[in-house]
This record gives sequence, C-alpha cells and structure tokens, in this order.
Amino acid sequence: MTTPSAAKGEPGLGSKRGTERLDGLTKIRRKEAGSLPVLIGLVVIWGIFASLNENFLSARNLTNLVLQIAAMGTMSVGVVLVLLLGEIDLSVGAVSGLSAAVMAILNVEHGASAWVSIAAAVASGAAIGALQGAWSTRFRVPSFVVTLAGLLAFQGALLWALGSTGTVNVYDPVIVSLAGTFLPPWIGWTLAALGMAAILLAEGLSARRRSRAGLAPFSRIAIGTRIALVWILAPAVVALLDGDRGVPLALVLLLGVVIGFDFLLRRTRFGRHVFAVGGNAEAARRAGIRADGIRVAVFTLSGALAACGGVLATSRLLAVNQSSGGGDVLLNAIAAAVIGGTSLFGGQGTAWSALTGALVLGSISNGMDLLARPSSVKFMVTGGALLLAVTIDALGRAERKKAGRV
Amino acid sequence: MAADLPLLRLRGITKRFGAARALGGVDLEVYPAEVVALVGDNGAGKSTLVKTIAGIFPPDTGEMRFLGEPVRLRGPKDASALGIATVYQDLSLCDNLDVVANLFLGREDVGATRALDEEAMERRALAVLRGLNVTLASVRVPVSALSGGQRQSVAVARAILGAARLVLMDEPTAALGVAQTKQVLELIVRLRHQGLSVMVISHNLADVFQVADRIVVLRLGQLAGNFATKETTREQVVARITGAEAADSRIES
Repeated sequence: MTTPSAAKGEPGLGSKRGTERLDGLTKIRRKEAGSLPVLIGLVVIWGIFASLNENFLSARNLTNLVLQIAAMGTMSVGVVLVLLLGEIDLSVGAVSGLSAAVMAILNVEHGASAWVSIAAAVASGAAIGALQGAWSTRFRVPSFVVTLAGLLAFQGALLWALGSTGTVNVYDPVIVSLAGTFLPPWIGWTLAALGMAAILLAEGLSARRRSRAGLAPFSRIAIGTRIALVWILAPAVVALLDGDRGVPLALVLLLGVVIGFDFLLRRTRFGRHVFAVGGNAEAARRAGIRADGIRVAVFTLSGALAACGGVLATSRLLAVNQSSGGGDVLLNAIAAAVIGGTSLFGGQGTAWSALTGALVLGSISNGMDLLARPSSVKFMVTGGALLLAVTIDALGRAERKKAGRV
Repeated sequence: MAADLPLLRLRGITKRFGAARALGGVDLEVYPAEVVALVGDNGAGKSTLVKTIAGIFPPDTGEMRFLGEPVRLRGPKDASALGIATVYQDLSLCDNLDVVANLFLGREDVGATRALDEEAMERRALAVLRGLNVTLASVRVPVSALSGGQRQSVAVARAILGAARLVLMDEPTAALGVAQTKQVLELIVRLRHQGLSVMVISHNLADVFQVADRIVVLRLGQLAGNFATKETTREQVVARITGAEAADSRIES
C-alpha cells in the first residue's frame, strides 16, 4: 500500500493519471492483507499434520473435514456480518441448537414435512435474531449483553423444548441427506466447470465495463491471481473428494452461502451500508443510512444463519439433544471469523474469512483426533491458534498504522 | 454582486438553548458564487448559525429565504434538498471505505440487477475530483490512507456531488498543515469558480483574507460586522471580534 500521496498543486486527475494502472502488488496487498496470513497458516497446519500422520491428506479424511466444518462455517458467516458492524452475537450457538430442536420436534413429533420443518427452524432463528437486534438498538443495550442473555435463555428454551427425554432422533431422509449426500462425479465436475467459467465471465465483464467507462483496468496480477485460485482449487478439490465418496452436498451449500454473502457484502447497497455503519456509524447516519435498520437486519441474518448451521449439524449427527449448539460451537463460530481475518472492531472483513477460519479450526481439531490426542490438548492448541491469528492481525494493523495507513 | 438576488437571506434569526441565547436576531445574505467567512470568538454563535442553515437546529424565530422563496428547514434533509451541503468538522468519512464508496455513501448507483454500479460511480467520482482539481493516486484506496487535505477534499467533493449551491464548511483548515491548508483554500476558490457559494467558519484570519469575498463577524450571538474583504483590514475585523470597537460604532451601513 505504498500509494504515492498526491503532490500538492499538481494539475489533478488528468486523463493520463486517471487511466494509470494500479500497481499490482499494492492492490493485492491491500485486498488480500486480511486473508493471506490465514492461508499461509492453513498450509503450515496441513504440512504439520500431514508429516505426523499420512492419513491426514487422504480423500476420506478431507471429506470428513469438510463435513465437520460445514455447520461451523455457515454459522460463522453470520458472525462475520455481526463483527463487520463492530457488534457481537454470543447467542449463535444456542440459537442453532434451539432452531434445530424446532425442526426436529416439528418433523418427528408433529409429522411436518422436512421442508416445512427446516423453514420453520430458519424462520425461528431469524425471528430470534430480529428480536435481539431490535432490543439492542431500541433500548441501546450493548449487543454483547443482549446476546449473552439470549445465550442463556435459548439454552434454557432448548432444554424445555426437548422435555424429559432430552433428545430427539431425526430419521427424515431429506434432513439426513443435507450432510449425507455425496454428488456423483459428473455433477461435481459440472459445478467445478461452472465455477471456472463464472470467474472468467465475471472478470471479463468487469474489465469490459471498466474500459467502456474509460477507467483504469485492475492490475493483471490481481485478476490473474483470482482466476488462478479458482482454476487450481476447483478441479483439485473435486478430484480429491471424488477419491472418496464424491463432493459432499454440505460443501456446495457452505460455498453457496459464502459466495452469496460475499456478493451481498461487496456488490449491494446493503453490504456497503453494513461496512459504513461498522466503520463510522455517525457518518453513515449523516449520509442518510438507517443504521438501526441495518443492525436489526444483520442480527436477523445472523440468527437465520445460526439456524442453518443447526440444521446442518443435526443432519450430520442425526439427532438434537441437550448439548446441541452448546460446548465449543459458539466459540468456534466466532473464532473462525476472527482467524479468517475479520476484525473484531468493525468495518474490516469478508465472508470468505468464515470459510478459511473454519478450515483452520477444523483442520486442527481433525488432525488432533487423527493423532488420538485428548480434548485437553485440542482445546489448548486451538486457543493458541486463535491467539496467534489475532496477534498477527494486530501486528499487521500496527505496522500499517505506523506507515500512516490504518 | 449586490444587485443579484441573494441565494440565502436570513432575517432576525434567533435561537435559544434553554436559558442561553445562542443567536439574538441575525441578518445575513449569501450571494451566488460568493465566499462568506464567518468569524468570531468561541461561543459567538458561528457553529449554531451554520447548523441553523444546515437544518440541524431549526431557528426559534426569524425568516429564511432561499432564492427569494421563504423556506422552513425541519431537518438536514430539507437543507440538502435545497442544495445546501454541509462539510462537518470531523468530515464524517468512513475510514474503512474507499474514496468512491465515501463519495456515494447513502446514494449509491445501482444497475438493473440492483448490484452496485461501481464503474458509473468511479467515473463520476473522477469527474467531480478533477473539477475540484484534487489529485489522488487512486480513488480505490481507503480514506484512512489519505492526508488531511485529501480527506477534506473528499468531504467537499461528497458535499457537492448532489446538486449543491451553497457549501457550509466548519473550520476546514483547523487541523491541517501549511501545504494542506493551501490545498483546501484552492478548493474553496474552485467551488466559487464553479458558481457555488461557500460559507466557511474559520479562526484563521490569514486564510479568511485570502479566500473570502465577505467577512461576517459574530459576537455574542449578534452580527458585529459585515465587511467586503477588499475594503477592510485585519485590525478592523479583530476589533469587531473582540468587541473593542463596540462602544463607538455599531453595525455599519
């Protein structure tokens, strides 16, 4: 980000300056500063576990890894949204458990169809999120406290809903299929091809729109990096997962959520306003943005995504019980977002950090299990990884601040 | 200029905050393409007056006319609908967003698909900045990466991006160094060249004498002087600000 500051008294953004190519490296550093450390970290973690256990990089184990992080990653996208506002949602774990219970009870005990049950679960998550967001904005209670209260209350509601048996087993084929379906190779490869075509199309269209508008093209390095990432990763992932049972449907769902919310955040007014409120709420208000409305909407989405995560987790575990959404579910969802590079202080982050952060946490947990390490070690290593990630982020921020560019 | 219809005309504007009288009947005109400097000691009512014009503090009594038409501002939206744009002292920029995003904050262009039309916004942003003679290495850097003068320029560009006719600036050079102050003063001159009127609060009389066509002095919530810059001296203005002259001459003309 060594952008030369404008010299005083120069004749302005003349046509020459205006069409000047942005320095490629500058662009990459600025855009990817958040996600580069986590990607390096992921490679290191994979390297360590692969050297300790040859099964870590096997198709079977990586398929397990994907299934393990699907619920966490989905919930973490909601946490990213909330963190972008500079708020926090401590209730996502409890909401995921309660929403899953709503689905299971409707489906198993009241005979509702799978889709109705799932829709009800997501709707209840959204309603809870909306309530918490409205409460926090209406009464000016910090979201930390409102959602902490929610965490306790909805855990209680889960126990109450599950009743004396304390567990509901789910057999419905549709619900079970969410995490239990593996796509045949031709669908996997079609999806990979679609993704590869989509990135080319998107970059091509963007370049054409920019040149038509007479604007400087984005740097070739940045465009090339994005295309190369998709063209390398998509076929590699499909080929690898086909070595086991095929691409899990859960991965497609998670990617769909991440890509969808990435678009929402970067390419829509709503997303722009989320960043604005998280960056400077007063400035956003003066610009006519209804900051409170944005807050309520974000908490609603966070609740809905928590519910989606709960549904995915239930589909994998085939049951909802008293510990659903408890334990480390909440902390993992928040840690994933932060490890992925989303700032705790608002205004900085991407939907992709939910995926990369979940991959880091999932890899540590999965690798420790492979090495047959007890939970005690797992928790300590995970804690260390979180601390490391946040420290790297803080150091990077301090470095940038010193250079006069926060 | 005096023959023109004033863009803004205030008559007997008063404003109280509880027992404290902030404005005690202020009369003021701002003509098209005129730079008016508002000077006065702390607590003289400068900020209150500007906020009244910006629609933030509706006046208690008094009349306000915009292009001859009586207007009543109930909020900042009414003011911006008239073409009165305010550049706040703290600039009200989102540091984490880039220049284009800040310029269009709250009024983003969207395409047919409801997605942001970044190209259209960037093109208009470049045009506005070029019109103001503002030099930036890129309009895609976060505002936090800009210098104080550049940030001020972005804030001004944002203010005039709508169809602004009067730009209100509260202490635009207060936090700036010499070179950046020069940039901002050039910006003000530029706005006047584009036919906009500017009302600027400043404590720095050197700046005021450099850019203002007229200098309006407020003292204790009342008009204490209204000078054409060319026909006055620093001593006269300072005397009115401090009230040293108040005994022998009331408001002139």
